[in-house]
Amino acid sequence: MSRTLFAASFAREADILAAAAEVRRRGYTISDAYVPYPVHGLDEAMGLAPSRMGWACFLFGAPALVAALSFQGWVAAVDWPINIGGKPFFFWQAFIPVGFEFTVLCAGLGTVATLLLTQGLLPGRRRAVPDMGATDDRFVLVLVKSGTAFDAGEAMAVLRDCRVVETREFLEGAA
Amino acid sequence: MAEALQEVWIRGGKTAARVTADVCAPIERGPTALWYGAFAASVSVFLVGACAMAYTLSTGIGTWGLNRTVGWAFDITNFVFWIGIGHAGTLISAILFLFRQKWRTSVNRAAEAMTLFAVMCAGIFPLLHMGRPWFAYWVLPYPNTRGSLWVSFASPLLWDVFAISTYFVISAVFWYIGLIPDLATIRDRAKSETRRRIFGFFSLGWTGSARVWSHYEKAYLLLAGLATPLVVSVHTIVSFDFATSVIPGWHATIFPPYFVAGAIFSGMSMVLTLMIVARSVMGLEDYITDRHVDVMCRIILAVSCMVGLAYASEFFIAWYSGNPYERFVFVNRQMGPMAWAYWTMVSCNVITPQIFWFKSMRAKIGLVFAASLVINVGMWFERFVIIVTSLHRDFLPSSWVSYAPTSIEVATFAGSFGLFFTLFLLFCRFLPAIAMAEVKGILQPDLHGHGGAS
Repeated sequence: MSRTLFAASFAREADILAAAAEVRRRGYTISDAYVPYPVHGLDEAMGLAPSRMGWACFLFGAPALVAALSFQGWVAAVDWPINIGGKPFFFWQAFIPVGFEFTVLCAGLGTVATLLLTQGLLPGRRRAVPDMGATDDRFVLVLVKSGTAFDAGEAMAVLRDCRVVETREFLEGAA
Repeated sequence: MAEALQEVWIRGGKTAARVTADVCAPIERGPTALWYGAFAASVSVFLVGACAMAYTLSTGIGTWGLNRTVGWAFDITNFVFWIGIGHAGTLISAILFLFRQKWRTSVNRAAEAMTLFAVMCAGIFPLLHMGRPWFAYWVLPYPNTRGSLWVSFASPLLWDVFAISTYFVISAVFWYIGLIPDLATIRDRAKSETRRRIFGFFSLGWTGSARVWSHYEKAYLLLAGLATPLVVSVHTIVSFDFATSVIPGWHATIFPPYFVAGAIFSGMSMVLTLMIVARSVMGLEDYITDRHVDVMCRIILAVSCMVGLAYASEFFIAWYSGNPYERFVFVNRQMGPMAWAYWTMVSCNVITPQIFWFKSMRAKIGLVFAASLVINVGMWFERFVIIVTSLHRDFLPSSWVSYAPTSIEVATFAGSFGLFFTLFLLFCRFLPAIAMAEVKGILQPDLHGHGGAS
């Protein structure tokens, strides 16, 4: 069942910050906000948990490091050891550059893949909300209307105090 | 508040809508006659180079001026030159991001594009030098029917394969991730359906959701954190190609920092060369201001002094080592048959940038542009001096020879410039040359004490 959403756009980042804090204080549910650039303080105003993307980076990078180092060790010392002037077969110091590069490659690609897949950013995806100028210069705050204690009159008053520019109602998922 | 006032990097009292309009203007109006002229010239030069490459491929690298004494020359010089150019892009996009330098937002997009194109140009030379580039995949460790006979993980040339390919992939991903919000901006203002579809496809359904931004910012920070040691590792490993050999003039522990500094030096001057032209042609002087040029000149001056110190240290250590071969190489560099290349390098790289001590000089854009070209030339000669003068007079005087490039080598090098400018012109024509979302983030005075913007 798709919810009815109520979107309000603002012209300044200070306005959306104030509005987000105020509507949350009054118990409205914020569906999301759409902004042209990351507005500092908006995460806190909306009550978003810190991103755990760092774990993705680590979980891709650490096995890659282990794999690269152990593969090089296996090649050099087990599968095809070559006697070069009696030097040790397990020349681990020389494994560091390739181990490092492979770690960076996997950690970087893994982080980006995690970002794109978990956030649904995929080629050809259509935008999921109406365009209210959030990719240009508008700051759009979207509240959940259906199924919550949504008082349209009070909400409008709060938003008007924060210099709302435009409001719109739409069904979730209908762009 | 005084601090906030000092932090104004964008001129003309821009609003976010103005930023969108200004940055999109050059890509939304049709290409100008100037663009067509520049594009035709670049493609022509590239085609000349492509013919030389085809000739090299069909005939072999005997078409080059290499000989038994000088086995690396023009090709590896060009390879190191182009890789170095790329490094400034990552410096600006990743290292300055970690240092929360707001001015980077105006130049990072173009600098990252420059990195990608420079790495592509660099890749041409080792591939051609392989002689049989259709076997290029032999450098990868894959199970094969020869044993499996593995590649040697003790070889810096193999490390180079991993470093350069990782560098290219991570730079490309970093650049694309940075582009997504701007591609969505273009999609949402597209007039034609085709344009909306194309940019809609590549913008991956981006809406500017604060939830997505929160993860996006974190991922961007992580990529910057990965790219920073990566860029240092890349030129370090390139320097290992030389430093781990036993050739006097190459076998030096100073090589990694010396190469990294030189790379940032040459890359920064290439950024200046491109940005000074691009901002005036595309009317973006309010975004890439004289203040941006000023800070880049300061970086160039600082790195120039590091490079000068490296030249001096190398020379001192050669004398101090007491090794006659080492001493000979350095005396030969300065007074031998290729002394002209050495002194070109010193005058371009160490003497010329000293003008940037003066604010009045950093404010003369024409002069800065000329100096950036001179530094590009000087940094090419630095690699030529390191590679060729160390080789051409080796341990046995009976094997001393000279080296001169053939027309094929010169044409291939020219072709790499043609490719570079062709790609850069296409980039300026079809993609936003300035990171709009990032610039919008630094327009308003910072209310919360955070520095950077992404």
